Amino acid sequence: MVATEMGLRLEGDRRHIGRMVGICLLAALLVMSALSLMQGASGVSGLVVLRDLIAGREVAVTDRVVLLQIRLPRLLTGILVGAGLAVSGAVMQGLFRNPLADPGLLGVSAGAGLGAIAAIVLGGMLPPAIAALAGWHLVPLAAFSGGWVAMLVLYAVATRGGRTSVATMLLAGIALAAMVGALSGLIVYSADDAQLRDLTFWGMGSLAGASWTKLAAAAPVILAGLACAPFLARGLNALALGEAVAAHTGIRVQRVKTVAILGTSAATGASVAISGGIGFVGIVAPHLLRLIQGPDHRWLLVNAGLLGATMLIAADMVSRSIVAPAELPIGIITAVIGGPFFLWVLLSNRKVLG
Amino acid sequence: MSLSASALHVALSGRMVLHGVDLTARAGQVTAIIGPNGSGKTTLLRALTGEVAPKAGRVTLNGADIAGQPPEALARQRAVLPQHSALGFAFTASEIVGIALEGLPIPSAERAVLIRAALAEVGLAGHAGRLWQDMSGGEQQRAQLARALAQIRALPSPDGPPRWLMLDEPVSSLDIAHQLAVMRLARDHAQAGGGTVAVMHDLNLTAMVADHVLLLQAGRVLAEGPPDLVLTDRLLERAYGCPLRVRHAPDQGVWLLPQSAA
Repeated sequence: MVATEMGLRLEGDRRHIGRMVGICLLAALLVMSALSLMQGASGVSGLVVLRDLIAGREVAVTDRVVLLQIRLPRLLTGILVGAGLAVSGAVMQGLFRNPLADPGLLGVSAGAGLGAIAAIVLGGMLPPAIAALAGWHLVPLAAFSGGWVAMLVLYAVATRGGRTSVATMLLAGIALAAMVGALSGLIVYSADDAQLRDLTFWGMGSLAGASWTKLAAAAPVILAGLACAPFLARGLNALALGEAVAAHTGIRVQRVKTVAILGTSAATGASVAISGGIGFVGIVAPHLLRLIQGPDHRWLLVNAGLLGATMLIAADMVSRSIVAPAELPIGIITAVIGGPFFLWVLLSNRKVLG
Repeated sequence: MSLSASALHVALSGRMVLHGVDLTARAGQVTAIIGPNGSGKTTLLRALTGEVAPKAGRVTLNGADIAGQPPEALARQRAVLPQHSALGFAFTASEIVGIALEGLPIPSAERAVLIRAALAEVGLAGHAGRLWQDMSGGEQQRAQLARALAQIRALPSPDGPPRWLMLDEPVSSLDIAHQLAVMRLARDHAQAGGGTVAVMHDLNLTAMVADHVLLLQAGRVLAEGPPDLVLTDRLLERAYGCPLRVRHAPDQGVWLLPQSAA
């Protein structure tokens, strides 16, 4: 059976590679998650505690808190943020037909950041009763709105008549990030000392503040963004041939663009709201996958989510252990690895990018 | 069944490009759109595909106005090959053809057969695994043609309306053997009951394969009819603004000689 299938397989069709990579990545994500639960500054062995909890045995209160209130929400946050940023990157690259598009580089994360900062600082000025009611839910939604406006502006500037100019896209992204950064600066200027400390730490990108409260607010928005991805694969594949050809093959191009922009804004926005400026995941994960399995979005989007999540958990483990018992903001680690990687992508695509 | 335009006015970025163009292309025929550079050939094809909306006039495909028809309904009746194709990602030839079949209820074994057949038709049988970026301009053009062929060959319905191939300068980057092969393919498609509409630069090739010719000049129809009546010294000299002589060869049909180079 298998041999016949192999013999009949169409040359140049790489979907079976995507499927295999997906299975491997799922296994890697599970292993990495287990490792992440096990390891930590407190020296508590997560798996032992988990086993005792499941078996109904007595567990020390501190062990329980470390596992269920610190490590578990942090792990889940890492998975969601990694998947959210990587899938957003892959979708943006498909939308702009360009492997260099990334929410962090093109000002979408900055737009989301502006929304989050506005919600944190201005939310503090709301009457206490309303502020308590809106609570942490305000921040991911504000970040989503900020990211969405940034995406709309970026797409309108960078794309003319169905074509995207790489130079215009990158320059528009830089200008957008600068303008949004200035606005954020204005708001930060009016923040009080406590808010200022929060914002500074948040801006560096970290999973250290992860909690069930924040996760409950951000997760639905990130998941809503990720849920758009399966509906985009076919449209993004066709878009690679250009907007006109995509429409000729029966794709509703405007709908694909709208869903792609909303989905990336939601996934990026809520990720930024909960974890700050974690960069480069959106560019590294999809690019590595394209090298292995090709650019077909059906497996690319799924696998980008799995790889992004695995990478971010790994980076988080490094950030917690490298200067233990203190920890390094995870954004520093992703930037140290991601920056040179981006340059490499840029150089290896020089021919394509003209 | 036909593909027709009536009193088509089209503007691009505020400038009028087509001024009241009429065209009737019939199924079973190869219809060629010819004319000098900038006469509006590509714009006419883009209006016929529905890519650009006309300012006035209408386009009907198999009897129905294309305006307001959803893209998937049009995609089942016609496939389009644009003049230039760019691809940002490294798809293989068979993946490019496969994009046209995505979303259709076709079992994967049948899908592979369709893709292989389309690639073989354009002479890319051994190139299914080649990456787009590694193909020559002519190979890229033929891979795109295979994509268009696969689109209209999928979901065949013998009693359904004819399928249309709409080609914008399909042979512009091909060598002479592949030019002939592609035009033969266009003609075979028409003879099998489908329709072919092609924007053409090469007048000799047009004379060889076209059943019906539309000659455009400055956004207006200068002549429309069978090649014998349209490809004449007087009309071509007027349209292209250079001296030309049309000769008839026995068994070969028409061939054209530019006179200024002599």
